[in-house]
Amino acid sequence: MGLGLEGKMNPTDTPPSFLRRRLFSTNHKVIAVLYLLTGIFWLAFGGLMTLLIRWQLAYPWQPIPLIGRFLFPESGGAVTPEAYPMLFTMHGGIMVFFAITPILLGALGNYTIPLEVGARDMAFPRLNMLSYWFLVVGSLILLVSFFVPGGAAGFGWTIYAPLSSSTEVTPGWGQDLFILGLALDAVSILMGGINYITTILKLRAPGLSLRRLPLTQWGLFFSAVLNTLWLPIVAAALFMVLCDRRLGTAFFVAGPLAPRAGGQVLLFQHLFWGFGHPEVYILILPVWGLVGDLLSVFSRKPAFGYKATVLSMLTITILSGVVWGHHMFTSGMNPLVGKAFMFLTIAVSVPTAIFFFNWLATLWRGSIRLTVPLLFALGIVYVFAVGGLTGLFLALQTFDVYVHDTYFVVGHFHYTLAASVLFGAFAFIYTWFPKIFGRQMDEQMGRLHFWLSFVLLNMVFSVMMFVGLHGHMRRIADATAYEFLKPIQPLNVFLGWAVLGLVASQILFFYNFFHSLKGGKPAPANPWEAGSLAWTVSSPPPWHNYEVIPQVWCGPHEYGAPGLTDRDWISQADPRAKTLGES
Amino acid sequence: MWVFIVSEIMFFTGLIGSYIVLRLGSAGWPRPGEVLNTALLGINTVVLITSSLTMALALNAAEADRPRASGKFLLATALLGCTFLAIKIYDYAHMVHQGFTISSSLFGSCYYLLTGFHALHVLSGVIVVLYLLAASRVALSSTVVGRIEYSGLYWHFIDVVWVILFAILCLV
Ligand SMILES: [Cu+2]
Repeated sequence: MGLGLEGKMNPTDTPPSFLRRRLFSTNHKVIAVLYLLTGIFWLAFGGLMTLLIRWQLAYPWQPIPLIGRFLFPESGGAVTPEAYPMLFTMHGGIMVFFAITPILLGALGNYTIPLEVGARDMAFPRLNMLSYWFLVVGSLILLVSFFVPGGAAGFGWTIYAPLSSSTEVTPGWGQDLFILGLALDAVSILMGGINYITTILKLRAPGLSLRRLPLTQWGLFFSAVLNTLWLPIVAAALFMVLCDRRLGTAFFVAGPLAPRAGGQVLLFQHLFWGFGHPEVYILILPVWGLVGDLLSVFSRKPAFGYKATVLSMLTITILSGVVWGHHMFTSGMNPLVGKAFMFLTIAVSVPTAIFFFNWLATLWRGSIRLTVPLLFALGIVYVFAVGGLTGLFLALQTFDVYVHDTYFVVGHFHYTLAASVLFGAFAFIYTWFPKIFGRQMDEQMGRLHFWLSFVLLNMVFSVMMFVGLHGHMRRIADATAYEFLKPIQPLNVFLGWAVLGLVASQILFFYNFFHSLKGGKPAPANPWEAGSLAWTVSSPPPWHNYEVIPQVWCGPHEYGAPGLTDRDWISQADPRAKTLGES
Repeated sequence: MWVFIVSEIMFFTGLIGSYIVLRLGSAGWPRPGEVLNTALLGINTVVLITSSLTMALALNAAEADRPRASGKFLLATALLGCTFLAIKIYDYAHMVHQGFTISSSLFGSCYYLLTGFHALHVLSGVIVVLYLLAASRVALSSTVVGRIEYSGLYWHFIDVVWVILFAILCLV
């Protein structure tokens, strides 16, 4: 609607008044920063929740020192049996939908897409603002849900029916608010996705063919495609759960819980994982793109196998829609169907392996600049290798039945979904901070932050897999209640302290971030000597990005191309790159 | 707009897919015409298909730069949409009166969920058409014509969804 007209607004438009500029802005850069700050807030919130979870597992039913009295006054400071499920439910829901998604889709997408495709704004700026405000309302609903009688949601972030769909087992309104918050967040992400796809397809600068798009934007594009396809499915399922809870329907209730002829409990799992598995790729595809770009910039070489990488992204986008059944091997499934899901899931490792080899080949014999963004990119390569390889084990029905619902699964998906995605968020922030705020973050502190995070993260998640192989169930509040888990209780204590260290080392990041906003060194337009369009404008960029829409002459990764310039790289907007032609 | 419609299609795919699964897995499902007022819903189908026709005519007129004709057809579309909603409300009231509510049976749950979400879409479609009517009164610019085209797409989509719903709820 009005396609492109808003995106090509007059470049001399002056920024409007303060409130319109900061809070109710339609400018993609402002919205991106709002997304970033919201995401960072929830990241801290969800991260601190892990301390409570791990304290309870390390020292079951002991009062929490210092803060326990305020959080759980009725039990004298110990985590209550009612509170524990709420903690892990809200930790999962918050981290996936309110921390990582706003940072990696909201902030990364909004900030980089118009700049990198050479547009003055998103295709639908007002839709963009609306999308952010849906997230805000969803966030507020989530915050309120902690304070209603009965507390926050406690049925696990997967919202499995009939636990979620019957008010007889989960009566509190906090549960409904959680679902409502998620639904609003889903609508917000959908609106964002529509914007990303349209902007990338319609507002590219002249000369910027799809084959010259940076990999990050490719990742964001496929992630948005997955969102438009699968988010509506889970939205429909969430509405049906709400109907079950409050309108007396029985879509996902059966057996004695159903007042009348019941529906099908398993149907919910199919709908949820139909979206839930693509969700992994929704979050990881932008990260993979980012890694591809960063490895290229900092090894001063063109990204190896650009076309193969994009095709792998496409393959994964398609495959991710047909593998959800691997989450349900033990839910009651025809073994033959399970086998089909198993083979399809293992097939995902083919495009994934292509990524890995392309990354390694990009690094091979590059002149590597070991900056903080590159450290995080390398960290992602490592943790995703671990996560991906353990995923191969889990894809095997026979193995999955054995470790199902244990900490092995928790460790696995934290490697893929927490560690690599979190590192992706950090890589994004460390790379783009100079462009966004016009200041540089402290390099030394960034390195320290990386190494502490990297070591502690690996300690935490690998030990989780170890206790999982020992049979430690997920979602239990007290391992000492089980005879066979008593010998590994010291590992739970260790995990408690390791998580404390991990959370504490993030203080470095927060200090670095907020201190550099004011006190960082002023950043040049192109601190990383990158070739893509965004780095041709000043840091921070002008209000409408480009005075004149740039003409693009070559791909985004023209490094190590001596002869054309006196440097080792050439910008996409540099007319001297004309001779490179279609590369 | 196409992206938006694809996501809308997936939303209804989720709902309709669930309906099919629930129906296949359920023992006692009412036969067509046993509970629902097929005649009334059939009239509604005709109403909605007619509105698709007027919507297409509105676009035709707008592209031929005949603002008065286009306005007339837009108004007709909105009125037909309202008629559809009015019949829908009457149908709901009648059904509830007969004891067929959202929680009385699984079929009832599906019926109200599917048609309810569809009715919400019709309502938003009517609002959009009324907005276009106002906009085309001011000036029939190329932007407005573009919007009529996209909204028409949306309107036809709503129409198609209804035909599918009518088929699976009332006929099969
Ligand atoms: Cu999966």
